[in-house]
Amino acid sequence: MTSLQQTVNKHDMEIESISRRDFLTSSAMWAVATSMSFVLFGLLRFPKPALFPDIPKIFKIGKPEDYPPGSEKIFEEKKVIVRRDAGGLYAISLICTHLGCIVTKHADKFECPCHGSKFDVRGKVIAGPAPKALEWFKVSQLPDGKLVVDTMKRVPIGTMYSI
Amino acid sequence: MAVNDYFKNLVNIPKTFVESFIRHGKPTSERARSQTVMSNIFLHIHSTRIHRYTLKKTFTFGLGIIAAASFFILTVTGILLMVYYKPSVDLAYDSIKDIHYVVPSGRFIRNVHRWATNIMIVSVIFHMARVFYTAAYKETRSFNWLMGMALFVLTLGLSFTGYLLPWDQLAYWAVTICSNIAASPRELTDLLGITHFIDPGGLMKVLLLGSEEIGQDALTRFFWLHCIVLPFFMVMILSVHIWRVRKDGGLARPDNIKDKDLKGIAEDENAKHVFENAPQKTYGLMCLVKGKSPIVGKGPENTIPSWPSLFITEIALFMLTFGIVCVLAYFFDAPLKEIANPAVPENPAKAPWYFLGLQELVSYSAFMGGVGIPTIALLGLALIPYLDREKQTLGRWFDNRTGRRVARNSFLYATAVTIALLAFTVKFGWLRNWYPDISQAVIIFINPGTVLLTFFVVWSFHCLYKYDSTRLSAIALFTCFIVSFVILTYFATYHRGPNWHFYWLKSQWPIH
Repeated sequence: MTSLQQTVNKHDMEIESISRRDFLTSSAMWAVATSMSFVLFGLLRFPKPALFPDIPKIFKIGKPEDYPPGSEKIFEEKKVIVRRDAGGLYAISLICTHLGCIVTKHADKFECPCHGSKFDVRGKVIAGPAPKALEWFKVSQLPDGKLVVDTMKRVPIGTMYSI
Repeated sequence: MAVNDYFKNLVNIPKTFVESFIRHGKPTSERARSQTVMSNIFLHIHSTRIHRYTLKKTFTFGLGIIAAASFFILTVTGILLMVYYKPSVDLAYDSIKDIHYVVPSGRFIRNVHRWATNIMIVSVIFHMARVFYTAAYKETRSFNWLMGMALFVLTLGLSFTGYLLPWDQLAYWAVTICSNIAASPRELTDLLGITHFIDPGGLMKVLLLGSEEIGQDALTRFFWLHCIVLPFFMVMILSVHIWRVRKDGGLARPDNIKDKDLKGIAEDENAKHVFENAPQKTYGLMCLVKGKSPIVGKGPENTIPSWPSLFITEIALFMLTFGIVCVLAYFFDAPLKEIANPAVPENPAKAPWYFLGLQELVSYSAFMGGVGIPTIALLGLALIPYLDREKQTLGRWFDNRTGRRVARNSFLYATAVTIALLAFTVKFGWLRNWYPDISQAVIIFINPGTVLLTFFVVWSFHCLYKYDSTRLSAIALFTCFIVSFVILTYFATYHRGPNWHFYWLKSQWPIH
């Protein structure tokens, strides 16, 4: 009991020991610090763009009859290769998963010019620093029969659109 | 009569104006010169007197001044280039071409800007090595070492952001690579399967590019960083850096300096006595500051006035830098490739030479080489003065004979390890060549870069135990880093060709 009393007394004394001037100065300084940190906090979101420039992520690749079995077509600007084999139609990204260079297509593999990553014909990593396989994108068909590739929708390796 | 005064004052304007402008008369006496140095805002970043050892040529080689001089040249030429440069995706490339072919002396100014960058980077790195090897980061100077690290990062940041501005193939693909390095923490988050929730890599990339791809937003941001933000911080921190040199007691120097060390440096008869107690030296804040002045009782004061000795040295170093830059700029043009083409990468797509060492590491693992190891290296460098607090003689290259031996052994060790590891990697490949299905997690943590790092850390701990000295351990580690930086940079510059394959000579590159 006495010790509690002492603590309380001591506490009172500590409160009394702050002069009015010190208290007001301290409050003012804390007010400055608080308001400025709120300003800073609000500004944190500023550099992150709310909208990205409108780069089309879905594009048409023609009609099914443009792709006889065994054919392939490279869409240079979209950085995508579209192939048709026995299982159907599929689209593979040509962007290297290492650091974003564009891979070159060879007969049975893809090679990245920047750091020597190599991928097999289905995009699986076979050599070099690339951390994962080339991405496969979803292929689908519009009501009018045209085919589209959606680069926002990734599908597992081997997923094909059968025609 | 006020009218008379008025006309008298009018006539006297030239004289009174000069008097109001220069307060200490003509700098004909040592006193007037000292007062000018002290009261002029630009000159007072120097102390009025410096120790004679400061001017010893083989001590500093003037590297800090050369770095500052090249920054000054870069600022002036940069401001000039901004007159004609247009930071827009459609116009940037053409405006650089205009600067090169049409603008009067534009080509020379651009070349100077390019070469001064190279000189600045080289001198900054050498300056850091000088400060390290002469133990000038110790005691009061610890904080200034950190400022130096900040300047080092800013220097690299400035040169990198400037790299995108021409909007040519070189720029576009170097920045593609670099922005994806910023996104490379995804390698880790992908492994943990949390990229969908927390994606620090993607956030960094978006903050850098202002978009998910390189476009106008990226160019605007790089232009903003290169011309406003980074130069602003550069000037601020550079001022602090130089001011702290003065406030930390001038350049580091040994307690006992032999006469032969000071041969050929100007001297001052008045400064040959030993300083006994603080009050003899007048400090403005005497009544507020505790303790003695740092040089009390430390042998003859042995100082000389900054004006003229130091100023002449500075001007000479500036002219030397400027001269070298001009000669290089006259003979060698800054490169400009074809306009940026997002569909076709350069082959090989190489970063500027000072990043090629990192690019070699990145070709093992994007995350470790581009983010992990640089972060560890920078943190390690920054912590040096806090981990190594041994009292010792400052201001001598490699301290003494033992220091020289450790530096030499570390040099040989690091050279051998780095070359052996590169040869091994080129000849036999790495884990994925042997086990194609190996998990990326293993590659991230065990690749030639991390192996090299482990070798160096082990060596530095070996030196720590063997010599029982943190300083010698630091010398070992620092030497290893510098040596591997140089070798990796050389290797990636001369022995990496198309598809990042190894070639002995550039003439062996396949022809497209």
